[in-house]
Amino acid sequence: MADTKTLRKVITASSLGTLIEWYDFYIFGSLATVIATQFFPKTNPTAALLSTLATFAAGFIVRPFGALVFGRLGDMVGRKYTFLLTLILMGGSTFAIGLIPNYETIGFAAPLLVLLLRLIQGLALGGEYGGAATYVAEHAPADRKGYYTSWIQTTATLGLFVSLGVILFTRSMLDKDPVKSVQAFNEWGWRIPFLVSIILVIVSIYIRLKMQESPLFTELKASGNTATNPLKESFGKKENLKMVLLALFGATMGQGVVWYTGQFYAQSFLENVCKIDFEQSRTILIWAIVFATPLFILFGHWSDKIGRKWIMLSGMLLAVCTYHYLFGELLFLAENHSTTISTADKITRTVTGIIYWKMVAIVFVLIAYVTYIYVAPLSYWQWCFWWINPFYRYITYYCIYRR
Amino acid sequence: MNSVKKILGIVWMITAPVQMGLHQMAAKPSIDTKIQWGVFIGIFLPIAIGLFIFGYYAWRGEYKG
Repeated sequence: MADTKTLRKVITASSLGTLIEWYDFYIFGSLATVIATQFFPKTNPTAALLSTLATFAAGFIVRPFGALVFGRLGDMVGRKYTFLLTLILMGGSTFAIGLIPNYETIGFAAPLLVLLLRLIQGLALGGEYGGAATYVAEHAPADRKGYYTSWIQTTATLGLFVSLGVILFTRSMLDKDPVKSVQAFNEWGWRIPFLVSIILVIVSIYIRLKMQESPLFTELKASGNTATNPLKESFGKKENLKMVLLALFGATMGQGVVWYTGQFYAQSFLENVCKIDFEQSRTILIWAIVFATPLFILFGHWSDKIGRKWIMLSGMLLAVCTYHYLFGELLFLAENHSTTISTADKITRTVTGIIYWKMVAIVFVLIAYVTYIYVAPLSYWQWCFWWINPFYRYITYYCIYRR
Repeated sequence: MNSVKKILGIVWMITAPVQMGLHQMAAKPSIDTKIQWGVFIGIFLPIAIGLFIFGYYAWRGEYKG
């Protein structure tokens, strides 16, 4: 296993790259309403927004195929070069979205190009996220896998944090007059968050080029034991298929629902149901993320000490018992904002609620992760454990946006 | 616990087609849902099949501890 210094480098490089990929992936969703007006006909705004969201969802749909393609590649040519490829594809696609002319300029070519680039993004992220966890796990000592790989889990949340921060910052800095600034953002400023991503990607590529191949993969390659046909091994053998299904439906299915409800439905719920405006709802989420993200590390550390099982079970129980109440409380606070509860109390209780709520999501993310590390030997089909997440995330999105 | 797993296996097998159809059929959206249905079929059909196989294995006692 790698020494502590090497491990830190591995975690930094893996986490940074994955964070950037999540950033790239999320800015599209966060800017859906703006993008709808740019790349689709303005005659029917609802249809334009739905089409934008369908394009956003397309990125989720192809993620499993990304896991397949890059998972196989990772087992054949190594994790390091696979990571580089996913990063370049993701960063390049995001940058390119920022350059596409709008619908009024190039007609239907605009949404088609966006769709194509979203598909590439989805493929890249599908290969990246599970792969990063595998890469770190292959470097970590057996009794510290939970702690070290929990850093990878923070990236999805931090990616959202960075994307929201960049969007809010850009919206407010384009003009001294706030109204004109938002107008400028809606007209052309929305491209900035997409274009900025190329800088982040270049930094990450530089760091990743210095990374070494994982020790386990190097060992496997030297002994000639790398998978020759990972797909067949994963799904052609009943024993492996059983484990894949167990991981998908027994562990990560619930996690996907809890995670996306806590992370994203929160945004929609605050904005559309509680009627809290765009900036306020995003600001609340940003603060919640700041307080809640360290819990990934805490639970990862605990899982090494007390085992994965009780953390998993506690997280599930917590979610079942608290979700309904937390959403209800948020709505209650929003509906009563002008009567009996002071603004300070409202914000405090709302933020507290979301932090609590995100804790549940974090536990579930850990559940998914530790289960996957716990039950899986290190091989290709580990990557496939991440399949179910995009599927169930899509359910959440679909339910949200069908409203 | 093994008995619970077997019973839940049947639940998963039943859940697979149910989760696929009933919820959506019950919904009466006022907008055109062709795109959503296309995605729905493409995404959820493999999930339903996978859930059914998972339930079948559980029912057969393949996950006995």
